Amino acid sequence: MSAAQREAVDEVCKSLAHLPGALLPILHGIQERLGFIPKESVPLIASELNLSLAEVHGVISFYHYFRTSAPGVHMVHLCRAEACQALGAAELEAHACRTLGISLHGTTADGAISLEPVYCLGNCALGPSVMLDERLIGRVTPERFDELVAAARGKS
Amino acid sequence: MSTIRIYVPGDAAALSVGADATAAAIVAEAGQRGIDVELVRNGSRGMLWLEPLVEVGSPGSRIAYGPVHSTDVPGLFAAGFHQGAAHRLCLGSAEEIPYWKNQERLTFARVGIVDPRSLADYRQFEGYRGLEAALHMTPAEIVTAVTNSGLRGRGGAAFPAGIKWNTVLGAPGDQKYVVCNADEGDSGTFSDRMLMEGDPFVLIEGMTIAGLATGATRGYIYLRWEYPQAKQTLDAAIASARSQGYLGPDILGSGREFDLEVRLGAGAYICGEETSLLESLEGKRGQVRFKPPLPALQGLFGKPTVINNVITLASVPIILARGADYYRDFGVGRSRGTLPIQLAGNIKHGGLVEKAFGLSLRELLYDFGGGSASGRPIRAVQVGGPLGAYLPESQFDTKIDYEAFAGIKGMLGHGGIVVFDERVDMAAQARYAMEFCAIESCGKCTPCRIGSTRGVEVIDRLLAANEPAKQEILLRDLCETMTHGSLCALGGLTAYPVLSALDHFREDFYRRAPAGAGAQR
Repeated sequence: MSAAQREAVDEVCKSLAHLPGALLPILHGIQERLGFIPKESVPLIASELNLSLAEVHGVISFYHYFRTSAPGVHMVHLCRAEACQALGAAELEAHACRTLGISLHGTTADGAISLEPVYCLGNCALGPSVMLDERLIGRVTPERFDELVAAARGKS
Repeated sequence: MSTIRIYVPGDAAALSVGADATAAAIVAEAGQRGIDVELVRNGSRGMLWLEPLVEVGSPGSRIAYGPVHSTDVPGLFAAGFHQGAAHRLCLGSAEEIPYWKNQERLTFARVGIVDPRSLADYRQFEGYRGLEAALHMTPAEIVTAVTNSGLRGRGGAAFPAGIKWNTVLGAPGDQKYVVCNADEGDSGTFSDRMLMEGDPFVLIEGMTIAGLATGATRGYIYLRWEYPQAKQTLDAAIASARSQGYLGPDILGSGREFDLEVRLGAGAYICGEETSLLESLEGKRGQVRFKPPLPALQGLFGKPTVINNVITLASVPIILARGADYYRDFGVGRSRGTLPIQLAGNIKHGGLVEKAFGLSLRELLYDFGGGSASGRPIRAVQVGGPLGAYLPESQFDTKIDYEAFAGIKGMLGHGGIVVFDERVDMAAQARYAMEFCAIESCGKCTPCRIGSTRGVEVIDRLLAANEPAKQEILLRDLCETMTHGSLCALGGLTAYPVLSALDHFREDFYRRAPAGAGAQR
């Protein structure tokens, strides 16, 4: 963990530790600042909240959204749930994995794109749905997926 | 020239098909033409196949156009759409579209109509009348009104809201809480999201009334991270309500206190289960708690807690504003009021339909939904999310009613209906139900944690025709163990999609000849 990362973790902890049930807000805060929750931050968080290392680690590992390694520049969350399945989500998933050359939870070799599964984005009448960073996109065909990825790569 | 008001939804579903680009194009085109436009980012009316659905005009006489993509905008202006002129995308008055006109919108009365960030809009359309009434009632009178309305929990469990509230009211405690379950994880559901993005004040008002009714002074909305748009809208609405005295230490000068905040989940389906949600709010792993004690007695941080779904809480203001009888007069049997139903998956006219209980699944699928999006026959629908049963065509006449669905070994759940056409492989859907349970199990109960993984394996062996008769017996036995050996609905109801697929679409499980047995089938 770099000095800057450590400083960010400290800032987030200090600003949120007073909340009742502060652990999730702190973890969200760190991931929002750094893109992930560095393993080295666990002792800092534990000490701030007077929890054991196991308790903090247990919470981080319980929730699918939290990650402990740096993601790619762009995050693609691909919906795998039933409503999107009814509109071709399985084919889209296969296409995404093939064209990016990774499996779910992976990051492309150039570090541009991370691919994560998600179980429902609440866009169930306009699937298949994808969330690219914080942008929800509906009716994603394989062609449209390629365009979105190319555009994201162009920006990064 | 007077200002022309143009509505472009800011709802996440509308944004997912380009509403922001449409809005930007409208502003740019109007600027070039020197037309003075006031852009309103309303919620969605829920006719999602028409999104981005743009409306022009004053309240009461809004002309709709849709779907309007950014590339359509210059042509629309050229045709004079800003004056309500004819165009191939013109739909006439949005209120006259049958999909809209045939609904009974109580909870969603303002969604798609008002500016969700405007408290003035909210008040103009009957907002805060429920709270004003509640401030002149005793807590017991408020609870009685909710009980008499017949309102049952809309999150899926359908427990009578008034009874829950009464338990909290009667519970001793120096601190009580109101928790809103906005962890809308069921695939095929988006009514919570649409409501929070389209009319956040009604949820805030409902939670405030719940606070007055039970003596709770602190509220939390537990919102899934997948809904960033809803987070922004709620945060803005809460700040606005607080600044105008609708939240805080002295609500509207009554001396009563209530305030609330939004907390984010982190991608765990199980946190939609109420006790798991409370654990998560306390900063722990979202593991299910034993009941008793009931959350109403020992809920958040061990204190008496009202925990209800978004739609349940958002249905309270109209009950207080118009009376329990008004709400109860909608519906059938023990299912009173209305249900916001969500048509999803492979459906031509997907979206939100709020109707009184009692209409049939078939009416929803064909009269509202227009059949499948692909144009192929509908083969199966899953009602009630990933733990709901898959229903074949022969059950499409089932009424939207909690008891009617329980009677066919299904559940209405949160009102989501996912449509599949004839290409669906129901064995794959059953396998996915087990896979989903394995991914999302909190791990507390062994039948759910281990049984779901074994379930995937048994289905795989069944599909490989590896001693299929034995596998089917094993699968049914496993489902029974999960049903009776799990604390909550995840392990307890995974059997619904699995066994309904097996019972109604058996042929999909027996496509391969048994290994080494030649062509026995």
